[in-house]
Amino acid sequence: MDDLVVVSMTVNGRAVRRAVSPRQSLADFLRQDLGLTGTHLGCEHGVCGACTIVVDGRIQRGCLSFAAQMEGHTVETIEGATASGRLAALQTAFRERNALQCGFCTPGILLTAAEFLADNPRPIRDAIRTALSGNVCRCTGYHAIVDAVASAAEALS
Amino acid sequence: MKPRPFKLIRVDSAEGASEALARHGEEARILAGGQSLVPMMNFRVAAPAVLVDINACTGLGGITRTGDIIRLGALTRHRETATSTLVADALPLLAMAMPHVGHLAICNRGTFGGSLAHADPAAELPACALLLDGSVVIGSLRGERRVAAADFFRGLYTTAIEPDELLLAVEFQARRPNAVFAFHELARRHGDFALAGIAASAIRVGEMLGDIAFVGFGIADRPVLLPSVARLAAGALPRLPQIAALKEALAADVEILPDNQQSPAMKAHIVAELILDALGQLSRKGTA
Amino acid sequence: MTKNIGSARPRDDVRLLLDGRGTYLDDVPVTGALHVAFLRSPHAHADIAKIATAAAAALPGVVRVVTASDLAAICHGWGSSQTFPGLVERRQTALAATRAVYQGQPVAAVAAETRAIAEDGVEAIEVDWRPLPEMAALDHALEPGAAPAHGDLASNLAYSGTIGANIDPAIWKEAAHVLEESFIFHRVTGVPLETRGVVASYLPADGSLTVYQSHTAPHQLRSLYAMHLGLDEGRIHVVTPQVGGSFGVKIHLYPDEIATCAIARLIGRPVKFIADRLESFTADIHAREQRVRARVALGADGRFLAWQVDCLLGMGAFSTHPGSSVQEGDETVRLAATPYRVDAFAGRVDVAFQNKTIVGQYRGVGHPMASAVTEYMVDRSAEALGVLPEELRRRNYVPDDAYPTTSASGLPLDALSHRKCLDEILRLMDMPALRLAQAAFRAKGVYRGIGLSAFIERTATNVPVNAHVRKATAQDGVTLHIDPSGSVRAAITVTEQGQGTHTAIAQVIADALGVPFERVTVISGDSAATPYGSGIRASRGAPVGGELALKAGRALRRNVLAAAATLLQVAPDDLTLDNGTILRRGGGRGVRLDELAEAVHFRPQLFQHGAQPNLSVAMHFGHDWPTLVPTNGIQASYLEVDARTGMVRLLHHWAVDDFGTLINPLLAAEQVRGGIAQGIGQALYEELLYSEDGQLTNATLADYLLPKASDLPDITVGHVETPWPHSELGAKGAGEAGTTGALGAVLTAVNDALRPLGAKITEMPMTPERILRALGKI
Repeated sequence: MDDLVVVSMTVNGRAVRRAVSPRQSLADFLRQDLGLTGTHLGCEHGVCGACTIVVDGRIQRGCLSFAAQMEGHTVETIEGATASGRLAALQTAFRERNALQCGFCTPGILLTAAEFLADNPRPIRDAIRTALSGNVCRCTGYHAIVDAVASAAEALS
Repeated sequence: MKPRPFKLIRVDSAEGASEALARHGEEARILAGGQSLVPMMNFRVAAPAVLVDINACTGLGGITRTGDIIRLGALTRHRETATSTLVADALPLLAMAMPHVGHLAICNRGTFGGSLAHADPAAELPACALLLDGSVVIGSLRGERRVAAADFFRGLYTTAIEPDELLLAVEFQARRPNAVFAFHELARRHGDFALAGIAASAIRVGEMLGDIAFVGFGIADRPVLLPSVARLAAGALPRLPQIAALKEALAADVEILPDNQQSPAMKAHIVAELILDALGQLSRKGTA
Repeated sequence: MTKNIGSARPRDDVRLLLDGRGTYLDDVPVTGALHVAFLRSPHAHADIAKIATAAAAALPGVVRVVTASDLAAICHGWGSSQTFPGLVERRQTALAATRAVYQGQPVAAVAAETRAIAEDGVEAIEVDWRPLPEMAALDHALEPGAAPAHGDLASNLAYSGTIGANIDPAIWKEAAHVLEESFIFHRVTGVPLETRGVVASYLPADGSLTVYQSHTAPHQLRSLYAMHLGLDEGRIHVVTPQVGGSFGVKIHLYPDEIATCAIARLIGRPVKFIADRLESFTADIHAREQRVRARVALGADGRFLAWQVDCLLGMGAFSTHPGSSVQEGDETVRLAATPYRVDAFAGRVDVAFQNKTIVGQYRGVGHPMASAVTEYMVDRSAEALGVLPEELRRRNYVPDDAYPTTSASGLPLDALSHRKCLDEILRLMDMPALRLAQAAFRAKGVYRGIGLSAFIERTATNVPVNAHVRKATAQDGVTLHIDPSGSVRAAITVTEQGQGTHTAIAQVIADALGVPFERVTVISGDSAATPYGSGIRASRGAPVGGELALKAGRALRRNVLAAAATLLQVAPDDLTLDNGTILRRGGGRGVRLDELAEAVHFRPQLFQHGAQPNLSVAMHFGHDWPTLVPTNGIQASYLEVDARTGMVRLLHHWAVDDFGTLINPLLAAEQVRGGIAQGIGQALYEELLYSEDGQLTNATLADYLLPKASDLPDITVGHVETPWPHSELGAKGAGEAGTTGALGAVLTAVNDALRPLGAKITEMPMTPERILRALGKI
């Protein structure tokens, strides 16, 4: 068995202290140890974006960091971002535009879009497409997702 | 798709990292942003017994200027490089390259030092470092040394860093007056590694271009300077060289290797076209 | 009366997905589950001389290492599906025993406390491999002397069939034009973002097996597991939780899934297998690997005198289970040229064994190639005749008023609308303006192309075609009941993978019953909760599920009115039910559905003077059209080819589809767009790259190129509605139209762009390198 290391971090506003295996990814830790299953694993090699989470205010891949690295860091998942209300405009727009089907990619896309809109409050369509090109959606043709992000940008401005 | 077991050593200083490396030698790898290393570990293609996590190290991040020297700390995140006004002013080539480097989530985490140390032959930053004649600062318990970018990249994923050493920073000369740059790459999709790319520089005085230099990437086992191409281009001025002549010059400079999607002939053609784009950009007034 | 059918209603059930609260397979809580990882063959073809498992078994945390011999007594393996008579098949077992015949084939399994430890165990297993000559490249599979994909095969030809009738050789001589072309379609796979997975637990005490699986057909799984594991079907419970995409990948049953259930039975503990992305690439079904030759005889007047379409399909090492791999080739040929009047049609399907992953039913099964080949040939015909592509299409379509009819390839067709769809897409595109723009760009040396691709999509599998697919029923079932609060619960066998099945079914029930949409809850994906039925495959949600919902809703309405009539002491015919309230036709006091429901459940004495009230209905439905229900549509692509680099930039895409009665245009539109994205993937990006020795060399999402947001254009979706005349609802299937039309639209558009450069391309995906080669640049 692996030697465990103790790590303390803040997850969705709450202090968390756990002993973890060094090889456990942050995404697996959130899912398996904290029950935060909104972070999905689609490829485990950093391409699909389904495991996107927020660390210290910026999105990153949950599959490309280890939980043991998060000592002293602040982590936010889709559950925390939802509870804070900061995704509400995007979530409403995504539902109204039918910008998701199976929903597996959706948490990662919402967190990516939120960071993008925070930096670019009045984006053009092509910029939305570029910003989302680190996230794979295999169900939609992305059109409705782009619509929804544009519509959320309008609602927020 | 989980990594093999490893020991994680979290260090908070470059010295701490050097001590860990000295103790564990070739068993250990530095973990910076992890955006290239961790996927390889998840695939079990890489399986270091020890990971030395330098993310908490103070003094390894940040972009600073001292006189004409711009220093990018090893832990400088791509996003910081992409949005730095210092980089935009003094290292315009880097500013041109950054939009190609990766997606938002990757750029938030990936580091300048990590990109150079990983030495992916299709990556943008090693090519820029080579063209800008960057000086790679490497440290260990044995002391600090500087390696010119031209000597730093040794082959596929291979650099001059010894097992007990840590990349600390990269230093560049700030842009000279009249220096102009161009950066062009072709990727199948946005944010993908380039199937081929070109970084170019020149000195422009009025309508005249001099000191033209090209680095090609995504075409060999490391980024490569293309002196024959540069001579050909200089000789053809003010006109553009022919594609066929460019391909010949390219063949003199480098043996182009295929990747799993593209043949050498394809890459040579694309590089030739990108060189034309780069020359066009270098010649245009009002460009950086 | 509020009409829900046809309303662009957003899905309510996405709220929890938007909040990250969906329960996909890996989110299902299971106590004490072991994790299973598989040792898969690294070779395309190799004998297994010896497997040494002791080192793996000794690792702390490893509970059991399993090889074929451990499972032999539990699971006997499986052979022919008999769907296509004459198909040569070879027997499969869950774990390969003595020989592996494709890279990725499961050979051994490790059950351990964590997935990571299970993977450690897999690495610790030592196999003495004895590599054999492999057959990977399709082009050489049928050559004399080709290495056999299985040692006992005399030839790699697994199946050969003909479609249509012989063409009189004189036709080819007398035709004004004879056009011929060869097409190469490379392998792709479905890549649902949630990988496949199974959680299985077996209780020896009562012989019960409970399976959670990321799949689209729970009852089919139950029947198959009973068959494979020799269990009493009645003791098997299958749940398909939230499914993160399927696209056909999750309609099959895979050796690793059977092995996982067998391991659960073997060790008597819950076990979990979640495929990782690497093994998804090598072990999920593949699709599309075809070589097609098409030959068209054209009269001087533009008539299609004859079409000959021959397809060679690379099947992989086995035929898919259940069902058959042959379908991918058979549909390509059978659907070729079907939008058009064709005097004579002949086709041939050859299917080859390969030491490669099994080819199965990926979205659109065979259809995209049928449309791409057909529409490319139509464009070449138009060019030969000197008429516009849209004009030749209009002229040669089977007219909208000529249905029902039978295609030259033998398919019964009805209620199609090619001309209407063409007119609508030309209107949406503003084709004259687009052609002017194209000409202006060409004058500047910018090569833009416009492509059209019409198609017929076959939806909602019926019995005769798949009569021999074991354990695949062609009917679906539903129970409806009204609970004391007056809310309506439907438990239906068509399942939800995000396409909006539940919403569409609720819309139909709301209208059929006469209640507000919000009062209807739909569940599916649980063999214990619904009657026995097909599950989702071949776009059956609307045509079968919708029709079933309509009939069941109406039946329940009759029950409601009967109960209300007893309560109110009037004749049922004097009552109506609208928007959740029962009213007397002549006026007077009615009763709300919730009041009635409460009375039925809690005050039975009020009904003692009449028949027992019954607020439940159970019903099944399978349509009576002799084969699959046809639909049609057309797509258009507008794009730019960079002649310097071979890169294609998609500028816009249009689709017009005839899904019959449209239940929900909002949901249908994005389902079409998603299908288009997959078709564009096959056209420009996606290709499973194999080395000559049968090694997949791009089994990552970094190297297998899925189109992403910045690679795709805006997509305009329009509709024509020709209700299916053989059902009450009139709906047809919508799931595969997008994928079906997009490949051909992009193929014809790229070739339109290349035409002034004197180049053509018929190999897909049309990569920059292939385009540059077509242009003679390299």
